[in-house]
Amino acid sequence: MEHGSVADASASTFSIVEEDHTLANSVRFVLNQDPRVAFCGYSIPHPADNKVNIRVQTTGDPARDVLKDALQNLVVMCQHVRGTFDNAVDGYRANKHAEEMDVDEQQK
Amino acid sequence: MPKKGAKKAKEMDDVPDQQEKKLPDYLELQRTRVACKADAPIHTQGFQYSGAYAAMGVDNSMSVEKFRKNFKIEINRLTEDDMEFDMIGVDASIANAFRRILIAEVPTMAIEKIFMVDNTSVIADEVLSHRLGLIPLDADPRRFDYMSENDVPNERNTIVYKLHVSCEKGSQRITVKSGELEWLPEGSQLNMSSPAQSGDKQKTFTSFSQSQKEIYEKPLGVKFKDITIARLGPGQAIELEAHAVKGVGKAHAKWSPVATAWYRMLPEVVLLKEIEGDDAEELVKKCPVKVFDIEDLGNGGKRAVVAKPRACTLCRECVMCPTGEHIELRRVRDHFIFTIESTGAMPPEVLFTEAVKILEEKCERVIAELS
Repeated sequence: MEHGSVADASASTFSIVEEDHTLANSVRFVLNQDPRVAFCGYSIPHPADNKVNIRVQTTGDPARDVLKDALQNLVVMCQHVRGTFDNAVDGYRANKHAEEMDVDEQQK
Repeated sequence: MPKKGAKKAKEMDDVPDQQEKKLPDYLELQRTRVACKADAPIHTQGFQYSGAYAAMGVDNSMSVEKFRKNFKIEINRLTEDDMEFDMIGVDASIANAFRRILIAEVPTMAIEKIFMVDNTSVIADEVLSHRLGLIPLDADPRRFDYMSENDVPNERNTIVYKLHVSCEKGSQRITVKSGELEWLPEGSQLNMSSPAQSGDKQKTFTSFSQSQKEIYEKPLGVKFKDITIARLGPGQAIELEAHAVKGVGKAHAKWSPVATAWYRMLPEVVLLKEIEGDDAEELVKKCPVKVFDIEDLGNGGKRAVVAKPRACTLCRECVMCPTGEHIELRRVRDHFIFTIESTGAMPPEVLFTEAVKILEEKCERVIAELS
């Protein structure tokens, strides 16, 4: 849910339900990295409600597009993390297997 | 200010196509390290804003390509139950997001409903039910569906267990262990309606259309068979049926798939001045985790060196002694040592992959809402 002004699309507050610090802090980090963003932050209006407000102010582009780009960047980053992690696990297992084979060779 | 001027003069003499302007050392230190002083850490806030150093002409923005180049994972230990790995090049907010999701939002199976037939033990019904809920089950939650209020319990969303133990009169007291929970792959055996009703088929509390043995290759038992559930004296008995469903740690901690998951930042210990002779010996003795070591110099002298900075637990013993001003304890801001201890439902590497997938799903859900 976007709360902003019709005239100025470059600054608005997005109220997201069913979310908390987990997503909001990560999105805030990615938003900060974007050079189009002038200001961004998030707040939790009340800890009992499952809502988070993310405020985005940009240097001209519509805030909604900048937020969407940031979320998509976060998705790409997560996919990269997953790929790197899987490769690292496979590499570790292959190394361990090779080590065990070497030990067997030496024992022979 | 004089530093900035010196850099500018250097820039003009350099080759014209050198674009990267570097930050002065003290700012680079502030940006990449948390300094842990004797009383409290400083520079704990990261400088994430893309224009943080705009006044100096340094671009602090980061694109996904730069992230891809700098991101590294190194696995230190990987066993069936736990793993330790290093994540380098990521920010604290994302590492924390993974930790939070691992603890609270990766689903698992746990016992939720108990149908108590007979409980003459000294453990109250609700206490016994609470204990049963906390027992880790050896079932892969990805193969099960969630069950909501309106759903009928079937073989895709429920696992049924039976516990029927009694202690005979005259014998010693017995301990009921979690291994005595028996898996019922055909579904519930308790009849819902009274026996007076006609009809051969009695309605039970679940409607399994096929046996779970055909769907899941390995038996869906408990992970650890030696957990004490209750103790029975002579003449006492427990007879109950338990239904396990899928849930997340946010709703109740029994559904958390990790014993716990945590991370710490990579420690960096720097000796600002040489520490020699007896001071070096004292320093090595002071550290409880043996971060420092003695290096013998040629002419019989001794010098303290940092041998294992990774083991540093920030007890600050080394900075509190007289030579403390020459030692600086730091944390590297973007290097996290992650440890994941699984309770057994899924191996730890699968848990981490699931956590990353869940963060992606959250982002996609918000993107869909915005479009």
